[in-house]
Amino acid sequence: MGARLISLILLIAAWYAGSQMAGARLLPDPQAVALAIVDEARSGALAFNLGATLARVAVAFTLAMALGSVIGLVMGRSRLADRLGDPWLIVLLNLPALVIIVLAYVWAGLTETAAIAAVALNKLPIATVTVREGARSLDRALDDMAQVFRMGAWTRMRHVVLPQLAPYLAAAARSGLSLVWKIVLIVELLGRPNGVGFEIGVAFQLFDVTRILAYALAFVAVMLAIETFLVQPLERHVSRWRPKPA
Amino acid sequence: MLGELAFSLGNGEVAALVGPSGCGKTTLLRIIAGLDSDFEGSVALPAHGMLGMVFQEPRLLPWRTVEQNVRLAAPRATDAALGTLFQALGLTAHRDHFPGELSLGLARRVALARAFAVEPDLLLLDEPFVSLDDALAARLRDELADLVNRRPITTLLVTHNVEEAIGLADRLLLLSLSPARVLADVPVTRPRTPRTPQELAAMREEIAKRINGASL
Repeated sequence: MGARLISLILLIAAWYAGSQMAGARLLPDPQAVALAIVDEARSGALAFNLGATLARVAVAFTLAMALGSVIGLVMGRSRLADRLGDPWLIVLLNLPALVIIVLAYVWAGLTETAAIAAVALNKLPIATVTVREGARSLDRALDDMAQVFRMGAWTRMRHVVLPQLAPYLAAAARSGLSLVWKIVLIVELLGRPNGVGFEIGVAFQLFDVTRILAYALAFVAVMLAIETFLVQPLERHVSRWRPKPA
Repeated sequence: MLGELAFSLGNGEVAALVGPSGCGKTTLLRIIAGLDSDFEGSVALPAHGMLGMVFQEPRLLPWRTVEQNVRLAAPRATDAALGTLFQALGLTAHRDHFPGELSLGLARRVALARAFAVEPDLLLLDEPFVSLDDALAARLRDELADLVNRRPITTLLVTHNVEEAIGLADRLLLLSLSPARVLADVPVTRPRTPRTPQELAAMREEIAKRINGASL
């Protein structure tokens, strides 16, 4: 805890020093940015934009995780599904995020649906690949045991398969969340009228670095809070049966 | 791996499949359990076909407690029945432990409890006491004999340990090396509980003679 605090203080100190050297126009100092955040918060704009962005993150993330995991599980268990889906997967994985976003906007218009679909499509193949690995490494011995004891499909999914997939799902969720919010900002910049990405775009055009940093920091703070208060406790709960290292 | 094989078990009979390592005993058990369909022939299981199986490794779900592991396999078992079973196998103190916290002997007992909790029509045991130290294995064999004596279940025990087979079974099916055939079908006449060391020794002699005679 002490080390982290010192590191944080050093970061802010370096920031302050940098702003003095580069000048307020290029790198505003921490106080200016803090004031900007407070301003935006008071006017309600911060909450509104943060809310819009978070909503998009939530929907796109859920879509990508749900669909991606199911497809990954199926592909990991069925060789036919794997052979059929693999080419599509590889194409999607290697298609640049920007291309998917631009094509979505071109084909579906500058709509919310296109935006969220583009984000989800970007993240889906990663979830699929990760969960597919998990599905491939499922313990056949436990499958056999469940079969001999005539366990039902739901029992097997809940008690045999999902706990084994949990680390893979967690990894997919982790990398997915950090990817999704970065791409959400891009879709907002390119074709939405609100959200953190949009605000950063406007600030960029006005060369308002203070505003850029204000929104960036506010957003990072929110994502860190989600990580600390949502993701980590969930991860601890799911791993409670693991023997702790001595 | 398996040659021509045919045998049938009577109701409540405990049979042991004895044979050298690698002759296909586990494969045979898997076929009977319905886990392997790469064979010609048929398997006729008792009426409703509830199977209880104890594998070579305990195969417990590491993320569920002992009690949950047993209940997942036997959802219809009553609390009273489970209580008695856990007590008989010395597991009452471990009901809320996770398999990662158990020794191998305890884990094996949980696997036994799970197979019995199902109240199976056919109990399959695949070398359940292998890799345990002698004292512990002997104790678990006694506990198994005890459970089987209380309520007769048609049982098929696979083992390469002739002693174990003589001590537990009513009937020994001796298997040859691959491709496995039934060499001999030896009934054990003495009742399970008071099988004295002398009787065991006598049986061992007899079995050895049969194996040596038949494998030529």
